[in-house]
Amino acid sequence: MSSTDTDPAGPAGLPDGGDATLLRFATAGSVDDGKSTLVGRLLHDSKSVLADQLEAVEHASRSRGKEAPDLALLTDGLRAEREQGITIDVAYRYFATPRRRFILADTPGHVQYTRNMVTGASTAELAVVLVDARNGVVEQTRRHAAVAALLRVPHVVLAVNKMDLAGYQESVFAAIAEEFTAFAAALGVPEITAIPISALAGDNVVTPSATMDWYGGPTVLEHLETVPVTTDPAGEPVRFPVQYVIRPQTADHPDYRGYAGQLASGVLRVGDPVTVLPSGRTSTVAAIDALGEPAEAAWAPQSVTVLLDDDLDISRGDMIVTTATAPDVTRDVEATVCHLHDRPLTVGARVLLKHTTRTVKAIVKDIPSRLSLAESGGDGGPARHPAPGELGANDIGRVVLRTSEPLALDPYAVSRRTGSFLLIDPADGTTLTAGMSGDAFPDAAPGPDGNNGNGPGGEHDGDGWDF
Amino acid sequence: MTVTSATTVTSPTTTTGGPAGAARRTGGPFALSHLDALESEAVHIFREVGGEFERPVILFSGGKDSIVMLHLALKAFAPAPVPFSLLHVDTGHNFPEVLEFRDRTAARHGLRLHVASVQEFIDAGTLRERPDGTRNPLQTVPLLDAIETHRFDAVFGGGRRDEEKARAKERVFSLRDEFGGWDPRRQRPELWQLYNGRHSPGEHVRVFPLSNWTELDVWQYIARERIELPAIYYAHEREVFSRNGMWLAPGEWGGPKEGEPVERRRVRYRTVGDMSCTGAVDSGAGTIEAVIAEIAASRLTERGATRADDKLSEAAMEDRKREGYF
Repeated sequence: MSSTDTDPAGPAGLPDGGDATLLRFATAGSVDDGKSTLVGRLLHDSKSVLADQLEAVEHASRSRGKEAPDLALLTDGLRAEREQGITIDVAYRYFATPRRRFILADTPGHVQYTRNMVTGASTAELAVVLVDARNGVVEQTRRHAAVAALLRVPHVVLAVNKMDLAGYQESVFAAIAEEFTAFAAALGVPEITAIPISALAGDNVVTPSATMDWYGGPTVLEHLETVPVTTDPAGEPVRFPVQYVIRPQTADHPDYRGYAGQLASGVLRVGDPVTVLPSGRTSTVAAIDALGEPAEAAWAPQSVTVLLDDDLDISRGDMIVTTATAPDVTRDVEATVCHLHDRPLTVGARVLLKHTTRTVKAIVKDIPSRLSLAESGGDGGPARHPAPGELGANDIGRVVLRTSEPLALDPYAVSRRTGSFLLIDPADGTTLTAGMSGDAFPDAAPGPDGNNGNGPGGEHDGDGWDF
Repeated sequence: MTVTSATTVTSPTTTTGGPAGAARRTGGPFALSHLDALESEAVHIFREVGGEFERPVILFSGGKDSIVMLHLALKAFAPAPVPFSLLHVDTGHNFPEVLEFRDRTAARHGLRLHVASVQEFIDAGTLRERPDGTRNPLQTVPLLDAIETHRFDAVFGGGRRDEEKARAKERVFSLRDEFGGWDPRRQRPELWQLYNGRHSPGEHVRVFPLSNWTELDVWQYIARERIELPAIYYAHEREVFSRNGMWLAPGEWGGPKEGEPVERRRVRYRTVGDMSCTGAVDSGAGTIEAVIAEIAASRLTERGATRADDKLSEAAMEDRKREGYF
């Protein structure tokens, strides 16, 4: 009863002194692909499902007439989800191994929840796309890969599941992996790792498969534990959006004036010549205060306070950049967007645009095209449907915006953090649209009828999986 | 070492050493440890609220999560003082040593502490005692009253997504309507690190800077930062009695009833809340290292081991949140 009921066998995710790294990843796939089973096995085999949680799931499963515990009930946290037996919203799960801490964004796979997958992918450093070995690459697979490419998730894992039902045959796996890799690479996915698994039997999820000796690569968990989590910030432009100006004006700190923020990209060093955008004024980094300790350098995504040599007029919404890497500022924004709200986005709409710590007014000047992520445009990118007039919920499209004030906007391909923005309804504050500056995919010309083509699988019907 | 004694503004023992100091970590010279990454994220959230809201307040009970929140807020705005006040909803059945800690901490940092009292609402006839004696669900009315009276527009809570499955679905910035209610179907999508705090008059936003922390992260951070906690988080001798599979402490709140024998045990608290529904766990963990080892090996979740209120139903937390609970 009230004891802490410790596990005599010892925990899997032991304390590490706080030096393990953090990996944020997302899973995409439908229940039919075995996503819940995969997630359940990762959590269970890393001992992240505790006795009282499992007991609650078993109890709830029995009351729904199921014999085996339904692990989806672990993550389907809302009453409506349990009643309807579907995942509606992104669920975040946490587990740890001695090497790493994981934040898993478990996203629903169905087309009508594309916005939720976009949400989960926006902060993910890795995405796991599941396919059923018996079905191979289907439209949904293509859509999931396209979302990962659109959101610039650096690492994609293709988990070919249910290998036990495909006779554990290498040829089945190889064909699926080849097809997926070809179109995902064409979409611009930089790194793809294909792994043959059986989530149900446990093959290659946490422990290597005893049956598929032809596969010499890592298990899913091994890959999650060892994949590099960050790109090298030393090679990135320095971007420091100012959140807050710290001016104590106390006897101890009469003249302290620090700019508080989180490095969005790059490595900032004391002595660096910097430019403040959008004003263009210049100064030099005098000191960096790393949450109470002076530092010579700070890098993304550290939260720090920056002090400059000169007294400039800087406030929330300004961006400090190194002068050598300063971006152009602009009031004309071209972007790929995912529309999130049930009210459509229309040409002429007046909205607020939130970019880093800066919120400005904006007008939607044009919506040149809508993209069908599950359809190929013939050149590797998704099919484009010109002049759709508006974008509805879950639609992906191109937009042209004009802002009231200049923005220091990077291409999303250069920086996820400073190339992204939200469109917000000024009337009630609703989040309408997620935006990614610049071109998301390799350039594709629209077909003659605006609906040009089928994917490599050639299994689409006429209207495909339009968002 | 038993209860650590350093103040909440002690300096970190890691970070800021530069690439050389970080080289041993997986992921290259500039990778952050998971605690540094979580700390940076939480500080960013505090500063976003500081920059965009008029009257934020931190829910501060003297429990470990709210103590960690305050510690992060102090770091976020140093060397300036925290630009927020503190709010505690006192059920009238709180642990006296925790209330003493609460008052001492607020005074030490020169912060204004608002106390919303469930007892006053009961005395005025606005709230009625429940048959089971539990006052946890009664906190919502005083909380919403304080938010309205003081016109708080952002309310920081220490809720974590790993605590409970309804919390796992809640945003970092969680909009509440003029009744304080949470509508899970109408949540704003939250992408990248872009938090949308816009709200209409009468609405407010609950903000959860520890959303992505686990219980173990909180304890590892407390150890790293040498943060002082109320002594009841560490193993001590206490008179307890058993009810619904939990060790409850006798007190003015009404326990024990007939047939509930009191015994002396060595226990500690994993969570700290209303005495009527917060259970102690058997423990010999007198130091923070021992507590961390104990949690890492535990086969029960924090709330499962210690909270009677969540055992009411499968959707108990979701239902309370819809009504305006934390």
